Amino acid sequence: MTKLNHLNHSNSKIIKSLKSVKVLSGFLIALCSIHFAFHSDPAQAVTFKVANQGDALSMDPHSLNESLQLMVNSQVYEALVMRDKDFKLAPGLATTWKQSSPSVWHFDLRKNVKFHDGTPFTADDVIFSFERARGEGSDVKAYVGQIKEIKKINDYSIDIITNAPFPILPELITQWFIMSKKWCEDNSATKPVDRRKGIENAASFKANGTGPFRVRERQPGVRTVFARYGQYWGEFTGNVDEVIYNVIGNDATRVAALLSGEIDMMEPVPVQDVDRIKATPKLKVLQGPELRIVFLGMDQKRDELLYSNVKGKNPFKDKRVRQAFYQAIDIDTIKNRVMRGASTPTALMIPPQDRGYPAELAKRLPYDPEAAKRLLTDAGYPSGFEVKMNCPNDRYVNDAEICQAVAANLAKVGVKINLEAETKGTYFPKILSRNTSFYMLGWTASTVDAHNVLYPILSSPGEGGRGQYNLGAYSNPRIDELTEKVQSETDDKKRNEFIKEAMKIHQDDIGHIPLHQQALNWGVKSNIDMLQFPDNFTQWRYVNIRP
Amino acid sequence: MEIRKYSSLTVISDPVVLMVKIRTVLKSWIQSDFLYRFVHSPVALCSSAMVLLCLGAALFAPWIAPFNPFDLATLELSDARLPPMGMQGADVKYLLGTDDQGRDILSALMYGSRISLLIGLVSVILSVMIGMSLGLISGYVGGRIDSLVMRICDVMLSFPAILLALLISGVGRALFPQQSDLVAFAVLILSISLSGWVQYARTVRSSTLVEREKEYVQAARIAGVSGSRIMRLHVLPNVLGPVVVLATVQVATAIITEATLSFLGVGAPPTSPSLGTLIRVGNDYLFSGEWWISIFPGLMLVLISVSINLFGDWLRDALNPRLS
Repeated sequence: MTKLNHLNHSNSKIIKSLKSVKVLSGFLIALCSIHFAFHSDPAQAVTFKVANQGDALSMDPHSLNESLQLMVNSQVYEALVMRDKDFKLAPGLATTWKQSSPSVWHFDLRKNVKFHDGTPFTADDVIFSFERARGEGSDVKAYVGQIKEIKKINDYSIDIITNAPFPILPELITQWFIMSKKWCEDNSATKPVDRRKGIENAASFKANGTGPFRVRERQPGVRTVFARYGQYWGEFTGNVDEVIYNVIGNDATRVAALLSGEIDMMEPVPVQDVDRIKATPKLKVLQGPELRIVFLGMDQKRDELLYSNVKGKNPFKDKRVRQAFYQAIDIDTIKNRVMRGASTPTALMIPPQDRGYPAELAKRLPYDPEAAKRLLTDAGYPSGFEVKMNCPNDRYVNDAEICQAVAANLAKVGVKINLEAETKGTYFPKILSRNTSFYMLGWTASTVDAHNVLYPILSSPGEGGRGQYNLGAYSNPRIDELTEKVQSETDDKKRNEFIKEAMKIHQDDIGHIPLHQQALNWGVKSNIDMLQFPDNFTQWRYVNIRP
Repeated sequence: MEIRKYSSLTVISDPVVLMVKIRTVLKSWIQSDFLYRFVHSPVALCSSAMVLLCLGAALFAPWIAPFNPFDLATLELSDARLPPMGMQGADVKYLLGTDDQGRDILSALMYGSRISLLIGLVSVILSVMIGMSLGLISGYVGGRIDSLVMRICDVMLSFPAILLALLISGVGRALFPQQSDLVAFAVLILSISLSGWVQYARTVRSSTLVEREKEYVQAARIAGVSGSRIMRLHVLPNVLGPVVVLATVQVATAIITEATLSFLGVGAPPTSPSLGTLIRVGNDYLFSGEWWISIFPGLMLVLISVSINLFGDWLRDALNPRLS
């Protein structure tokens, strides 16, 4: 009870001070609206102010295959196939599609669609976007890697020819966004922005898509303003005219901004503040399971780790070391303490929602520091070793805290972790160029299918985006083989068997160390109706702000 | 008289002379007004006791702290965010509660103030050295050098110190990107001391201007003593008084500057958190009611800086002959 009283006491003080802020901001808003009343049309513009812990690193939709980046890009750019309100496949820039032969998909394109600059959308734009997405510097190769070529039949129909029979093509291309050929050529942006090499171009700051919003103003890392695109072809059920996307990295500041009414929606709600926001009138927390699996990866390719005191050999090549790391991590305490229950520890690299999830494999190796010590001793490291761990601090829920906890767990078995936690703007370029020995990554299979994990993460790095996010270069030829089979198999039962076998091999090899599945926590004003998608996407065109 | 008194510093090498010297200094110290005032001033006694307590806790942290909060192997994540004693759910082991990783707040405070005090002291010593030498030279030599140094001072004073420190640490980080702890500390100390030397330069310059015209300096000059020697051995000891007072107060300012930088995330490296880093970590938990993670480091910061300031104020009054 004493604790509760204390809580209420300190909270009421904060609320008081916030109220005064509210009164002030209310006054300002009143002033602004007077201003608006004189200067804008009677139907007042509805502005939706969101805050996220990080920014999209670029406006270029082919530059980084990361959920937040793609979410922001998806407001402006669109794919041939999209997802509807129920997260099912729906026509996007293509109206119909069918597999005309095992390795040919026929797509009919939508007519009368215009890019934001007024150029009509045609098959040429699709072919251009394909070349751009599979070309040098692209980070979304995995989405188009299986496409051999695209044949233009006429301006509004194409044939997509794949390397092998490829039944899940429509699922896979939902996040391959179409750019305007003319605009890219006019703006010398025919090659993607490459963050790893520090290459930027016009597409990083400007955007020209077919989507429901256009970019009005961009200040990287601070705020981006989007305006509704009046000639949007699709369904727009919300009433938002303008979206201001703010970046507020600090958890407490982001919560304060929501509590004070300065912003309408923020994400993610820090797990420690969920109850507080729920208890605040006029605010609500939208919660749900997220498809994202957070895991740790280890460099298993180099003969000597880049950042370790072990010289002349790579300890992570030894399965016993990987298993020792796995068993040293106390995932349940991380769940209870760091995540305050808002996570589901996982044994697999895919969430249960994914197509092909092998439920019978969902059993983690037990937490056992003694066993971990024995394994390390057997592997020849009785007194452990030192290794650097790379970690983001503004990407996943409590990412840096999880890494700290992991470092503390590993210290107990003698492994000294030099933790480097940094903002994702520097983190991603670093680890994507494989400049790491031990790292953290979260992955959402955007296709809700095991293949989207098998191909970019579990397969050996290779051509066409294969293993592009397998940053430690874990490699098992059998998994590569099975992934190809999964790709072309149409019989669900056989396909699931392949997935299960691949997952089992990866689990036995401890190719990565899966940690947990995150939960979604969005803090929203109560007068706002919006949809929450399990891939942590917001669709601003469905946002409805009631007075 | 003055010349003899201070040039005798140079014969310290003889042990017998040294002993005699120490004895006379001690004797004059015990009989001085200074000590009398000190013993009879409750403010001075309390504040110096507080400073000593903080210093002791910081210095002897490895021996007296209940835990070593930065030894990852001893952390128990299951003890994370326990409240301080007297609240429900508290653990006797952790007097002031624990932070989000299960670190004992009390131990973290001791280790944290160790870093804060160290950075404060070292950066003040550094800025005293820079400021004093520039002040001496500009006051003694005068002319163009004087105007140049004083204009630099004016420019520096027109910026808030914290902005300068931010700027310098930003440049330092860009120059030395490999994040070794030692480099991080060096950059931090440099940025604080480079933003704080101006006040010493001005103080020393103005006193030097007065001392320069006095007979003993002129006598030394006539005797053919070199300029640098006059500055070091004759002028410097006579302008030290105000510098000592200023430096004492500035230690508190330096500690606060350091805490501010660390709070903003550009200060002490997270692996060896100072008080400012601890406050920043706790800041994320203020809304959820876990106040102790940030309030206790904040209190510690207040305690240290208030007691140093009080002591500095008293020192200023005690050393000021006009105020007795």
